[in-house]
Amino acid sequence: MIEAKGLGLTFQTNDGPVHALTDVNLTIGKGEFVSFIGPSGCGKTTFLRCIAALEHPTQGALTVNGTSPDAARQARAYGYVFQAAGLYPWRTIAGNVKLPLEIMGYSKAEQNERVRKVLSLVDLDGFGKKFPWQLSGGMQQRASIARALAFDADILLMDEPFGALDEIVRDRLNEELLKLWAATGKTIGFVTHSIPEAVYLSTRIVVMSPRPGRITDVIESTLPKERPLEIRDSREFIEIAHRVREGLRAGHGDEV
Amino acid sequence: MRSVLPILAVLLAIVAVWYIAAIRMNSTWTYDQAARAETEVSFAEVVVDTMAQERPVLPAPHQVAVGLWEGLFGQKFTSKRSLVYHGWITLSATLVGFAIGTGLGILLAVGIVHNRAMDLSVMPWAIASQTIPILAIAPMVIVVLASVGVTGLLPKAVISAYLSFFPVVVGMVKGLRSPDRMQLDLLKTYNASRWAAFWKLRLPASMPYLFASLKVSMAASLVGAIVGELPAGATSGLGARLLSGSYYGQTIQIWAALFAAAILAAGLVIVIGAIEKVALRRMGMVR
Repeated sequence: MIEAKGLGLTFQTNDGPVHALTDVNLTIGKGEFVSFIGPSGCGKTTFLRCIAALEHPTQGALTVNGTSPDAARQARAYGYVFQAAGLYPWRTIAGNVKLPLEIMGYSKAEQNERVRKVLSLVDLDGFGKKFPWQLSGGMQQRASIARALAFDADILLMDEPFGALDEIVRDRLNEELLKLWAATGKTIGFVTHSIPEAVYLSTRIVVMSPRPGRITDVIESTLPKERPLEIRDSREFIEIAHRVREGLRAGHGDEV
Repeated sequence: MRSVLPILAVLLAIVAVWYIAAIRMNSTWTYDQAARAETEVSFAEVVVDTMAQERPVLPAPHQVAVGLWEGLFGQKFTSKRSLVYHGWITLSATLVGFAIGTGLGILLAVGIVHNRAMDLSVMPWAIASQTIPILAIAPMVIVVLASVGVTGLLPKAVISAYLSFFPVVVGMVKGLRSPDRMQLDLLKTYNASRWAAFWKLRLPASMPYLFASLKVSMAASLVGAIVGELPAGATSGLGARLLSGSYYGQTIQIWAALFAAAILAAGLVIVIGAIEKVALRRMGMVR
């Protein structure tokens, strides 16, 4: 599905080269939920942007669905959810969700049908006619997820989508995201700062570390697919979270 | 309603200063006349006289008001003495110039945002164009266009457009570039064309900037049209009215024409403000 081999990305800056990513080897299978966790500057967002062909690696090979990331982008293989909802203030919620559909040339009837479907999927029925400023931050982020789901991309890339939200809203959205994932069977790449979020959501957790940005550990989750919020108090959950924390600490070396 | 009081206070202060200035400036003439007639005048007589001179240095507010009223409603609107007639002549040139200037400004801005060569080459010229005094350019435009047989409204509109395109270029370049990196990246993930990015993102995002520019450019258009009426020996238009007033020392006529122009400008800017409000509300950009 997504395959990175010896991937590296070096930015040339005035202060010399910055190694945003070095020697990243990772394969993400269809239907997986993979989280990327690590401190700022570890390259987790950069890696996601490479998959989305928003950045271009300088070393190694990266394939998405067996083609180059650019070809996958042109085939509209993925939906991308950014840290901010980024809804257009001059469009209603329905209009915002319609945006990718208009660009991709879906028929009017199909557009309306899909908007109705995805808004209900993210629990925003009846909010289609509202403007973004009339919604709370959490609802706006749900609308932006609906926008990424509206077309038939089978990969969903999420860059700290809940980072700006408070913890209560975040918990709810995490729960809903798992349901959504179960309902749609999409492959999800998820960047986060939060250990509990990563452990709760993922089938696999990729721990990364900075200078140079690299993968230091990949942890398979042993949690069942069905995950109520209470699972976060279970022994198993705490053990995995501990391993992630250890991985983060190891990656940091003597710095912490 | 609470804001009415301060506004009235400021207005009153302006009128008061104006009256004092009128008395001071016009009294010279009164004293000269008295000296010539070898009579003495009391201060009260001076004040009364300065309020009602035929060609005062500075007309008193009520003289201007009467002059303005007479000019607007004292005769048929089609009369050569009517400020409505002259105002209409200037307004028509202003509107044509505004339309040309705005259209040109938007086109240039679109070019600047989408084409690197234009980005580097157009802006310096646009800025340079605005550093040349319009009074120097206006006679040339009128003479050159007259030599190819174009007279009347169009030369004035050209001068008007020359002044009004600039704020639109500056505002629209800023507006079309206002979408942030994330919003552009989002469209990239949809593999959207530049065309789609323009119509669906850049253009709507630029609307608040456009309306702000339009207000400036509308006022500039009016100035351009009036300046365009000055050098041509034009016989109609507010500019011509200003010029003939100064030829014959008709200060009241000058001030009445000035106020007519100011009222016209205010009206035009208010109209744009109203359109802005409706447009942005329909776009959901006003809460």
